[in-house]
Amino acid sequence: MTFFTTIFTFLPDLPAIIIITPLLASLLAAASGLFNRKTPFLIAAAALFISFISSIILIMQVVETGIVIEYRMAGWAAPMGIVYIIDHLSALILLVITSAAFLNFISNRKNIETEFRNKEGAFNSLYLLFTSGLIGMTATGDAFNLYVLMEIASLSGYALIGLGSNRSPLATLNYLFLGTIGATFYLLGVGYLYIATGSLNIADIASIIPTMMNSSIILFAFIICMAGLLIKMAIFPLHGWLPNAYSDCSNVSAGLIAPLTTKVTIYIMIRICLTLFSPEYTFNYLKISEFMVWLAIITIFFGSLSALAQKDYKRMLCYIIIAEVGYMVGGFFLGNRIGISGAILHIVNDAAMTLALFMAAGIFLWKTGEDSRDSLKGMFGKMPFTMAGFTLAALSVVGVPPTCGFFSKWYLISGGIAAGQYMFVAALIFSSLVNAVLFFRILEIAHFEPFKEHNHDHVYHHSHNTLLHHHQDHHDEHYETTKHNGVVKEAPLEMLIPFIAVSIMLVILGLYSGTIVANIIDFVIPAAII
Amino acid sequence: MLMETVFSIKPVFAVLISLLAIPGIISSRTQNIRETWTLVAAGIKLLIILSMLPLILDGKVVSFTLFQVFPDIGISFRVDAFGMLFALVASSLWIVTSIYSIGYMRSLDEHSQTRYFSFFAAAISATIGVAFSANLLTLYIFYEILSLATFPLVTHHQDKEARSSGRKYLFYILGGSIGFALPAMMITYHFTGTLDFAPHGVMAGHINSGLALMISMMFLFGFAKVGIMPMHSWLPAAMVAPTPVSALLHAVAVVKVGAFSVVRVFTGIIGTSVLADFNISTIVCVIASFTIIIASLIALSQDELKRRLAFSTIGQLSYIVLGVALLSKSGMTGGMLHIAMHAFGKITLFFCAGAIFCATGVKYISQMKGIGRRMPITMTAFLIGSLSVVGFPPCGGFISKWYLVLGTIESGNLIFLFVLLGSSFLNAAYFFPVFYNAFFCSEDQMLFEDKVEEAPLWCVVPLVITASISILLFFYPQPFLKLASLAVSTIMGG
Repeated sequence: MTFFTTIFTFLPDLPAIIIITPLLASLLAAASGLFNRKTPFLIAAAALFISFISSIILIMQVVETGIVIEYRMAGWAAPMGIVYIIDHLSALILLVITSAAFLNFISNRKNIETEFRNKEGAFNSLYLLFTSGLIGMTATGDAFNLYVLMEIASLSGYALIGLGSNRSPLATLNYLFLGTIGATFYLLGVGYLYIATGSLNIADIASIIPTMMNSSIILFAFIICMAGLLIKMAIFPLHGWLPNAYSDCSNVSAGLIAPLTTKVTIYIMIRICLTLFSPEYTFNYLKISEFMVWLAIITIFFGSLSALAQKDYKRMLCYIIIAEVGYMVGGFFLGNRIGISGAILHIVNDAAMTLALFMAAGIFLWKTGEDSRDSLKGMFGKMPFTMAGFTLAALSVVGVPPTCGFFSKWYLISGGIAAGQYMFVAALIFSSLVNAVLFFRILEIAHFEPFKEHNHDHVYHHSHNTLLHHHQDHHDEHYETTKHNGVVKEAPLEMLIPFIAVSIMLVILGLYSGTIVANIIDFVIPAAII
Repeated sequence: MLMETVFSIKPVFAVLISLLAIPGIISSRTQNIRETWTLVAAGIKLLIILSMLPLILDGKVVSFTLFQVFPDIGISFRVDAFGMLFALVASSLWIVTSIYSIGYMRSLDEHSQTRYFSFFAAAISATIGVAFSANLLTLYIFYEILSLATFPLVTHHQDKEARSSGRKYLFYILGGSIGFALPAMMITYHFTGTLDFAPHGVMAGHINSGLALMISMMFLFGFAKVGIMPMHSWLPAAMVAPTPVSALLHAVAVVKVGAFSVVRVFTGIIGTSVLADFNISTIVCVIASFTIIIASLIALSQDELKRRLAFSTIGQLSYIVLGVALLSKSGMTGGMLHIAMHAFGKITLFFCAGAIFCATGVKYISQMKGIGRRMPITMTAFLIGSLSVVGFPPCGGFISKWYLVLGTIESGNLIFLFVLLGSSFLNAAYFFPVFYNAFFCSEDQMLFEDKVEEAPLWCVVPLVITASISILLFFYPQPFLKLASLAVSTIMGG
């Protein structure tokens, strides 16, 4: 018996611990915020760390034994009770969620302190609530419970985004409208499934569906579930809420929400298509693959071209995220093993690189007090380590080996060629080239232009790009200290270390992508798919 | 012919040793310690590579798999005769260039020298990685790392000119590899199911003529480092780099990586039989010949010495492609040998251009009247280098050109014989005026005062070394000639 399985035998409740801990801690954090400004952070960090460690143990347990963990909440058996299913796929996504949430959180302690002064309790509590929502969505084996957790994540997400700059309330409202429509569609779909099958348990429904393939209720349930999820994952033309929501909010929230929300929604889509409705139903019976791949192709082109038109760094990232959604949706609906592997691998890789890019945005904001691309002038000389990490993340998005972005793109392109979807292949290559332009434009500013003597006028004219006005003073003051110092002045270590860890992870994920596919992803895809 | 394979981690160390030196380079307190790191790493690298030479000359190959990134493809190394030839050239010239860099960068008091030496080390790592790749994926990975590691070197001056050159550089190099080479590689993989280099290629029987032609062209233009027209114009632009960069990277490492990759793919992936059967080789020969002639004509009109050398390089690179595409034994030997012979000749010329710039600040040929009398050693080396590039005995360049000429005759395409001869004439026409101007002018035409003298010793010694090697290679071409013929006999199956 190995180390991890030993731990698991002592702690069989880990599938519950991983979600209960942040959930309870969020209440605790909110309460403790009333008395003390430091404790909410400590509580939240501890809770996220526990979840992170739990997810490591769970994935090792699943990979080593190959057995799916079925955890009955409060001991009630399925289909009546709610079960949590930890299989290869959900264990992988759990690891992504908990590690990203943890690293983003600890690297942003200073940003949280300045941006959410006197709101620490609320912010930390929401952060935890959002994370536990995502964890629950990933682990649950119950279709209705999934809806509840989706709403927990969404509502706390709206609030997190609403805490951002002065334009963020409007962005939140848009997000809230569309997000609610998406979730309601999903709920409606679950309702129809319940009418048709009499069950809410995913495995249970899945065992009934093959007997009623031709049912129009099932068809309608599928369509409306998918429509809800497509809104939530911001595929073209349902993407309108995303750029505003993610770019107007604070960097700390963006670093949590942007890498994870769309990815978890795509995971849910894969779950629903593969586990709930069988691959047989999704790929062979419905024949929607062609349509979905085309939707993905349009999304990729649209996202890339829109990103090209953005001046603001975070808005550019948002459109890249939209294009990447196209990668994953398209890859999945190629319907062959290699394409689906690519889509799942890309969930992991894209989460890691988006996280790195938003963490970098947080560091730049902290160091320069502004958020625009120009603030990067001369940064290679000023902050060589941060820029090295940023360059790695950029190269990964472009898809340059040996970073991870190359390897998932390889699977996606191979899948596209195997499926004869040459337009999808062309879209991926086009998007890589556009990403190269996007990021080299930024790297050029950082490499060629001398370190900028920021002036205050500039900062105020672009106030929508900066922090909340009443925190402006702090950053100007802070910036004064960096201005007159000609030598290297890196970010504080507590920001730098998590960021560098994520950047190095990008290369490690790339070099070990063969291992990830062979040991995890291969078990996810049903043997019927070749 | 099945070759005996030796499993050893040596190729991995040969690749990584210069990367491992980077933390040392960055953390060094003084310039001397930093340069010691570079030189020690360069020395060890050459020793590791030399230690594998006897095995390779015995007809064995050295192999090692580092990561299994895909179920059936890994990041794997495999040292064979052709890879060894290229690695020997690149690693031995790295030592010389490092010495030269020290002299050049210090005497011009350049900024950001630590960055310079770090990325130089990374670039050399990637070059050896390309040379030792066992499959196309590994080659592609190191090719891309090289593209990116060279960018900060090309744009070292960080001014407006560097910026626009940097853009051009990335546009051609990265655009070519992502836009053409990558899809070509994936299509290859889809049809053949493998990316391993095989002696006779892997495509035969898997692919029709139209697709084979398309893939060949995508590789030829996609590996833009080989500078086949119209993908060449990054090279003259990249001459804004400090001269040691132009010398090692844009006469040896980067451009030869392009040529090496094209040759590897043509022989190891597409296969000579496919090239011959579908008549692709003739098309490649024509494209290469076009580049040879046009590049030489453009070189004639360049007044900036480094740009003239750059266009000369573009032409000479196509010799390599032409030699291999002739598909005759001598042609292929000549093409591979040319990687080595041209490297030693051209690096000498770049060293001379840099030495002139260090000593006088002059970049243009028209302003070099009489410089030979003030810098006789440098300009004599220049003469030797240009003789080698033109292909005159007693210089190494003669040998590769001799094989190339034999190759055109063997393959029966006499038109390419005239291309070679015509181009040699043009080469002479653009080099000799430089030399003539430098020495033969009257006292009143002299543009340099008495006090002008040779560049610092750190700059002069390396160019004397490379010039001497250029001559030595005429008399002792053995290691390179042996390696080239070994590689060719594996490919041609005889």
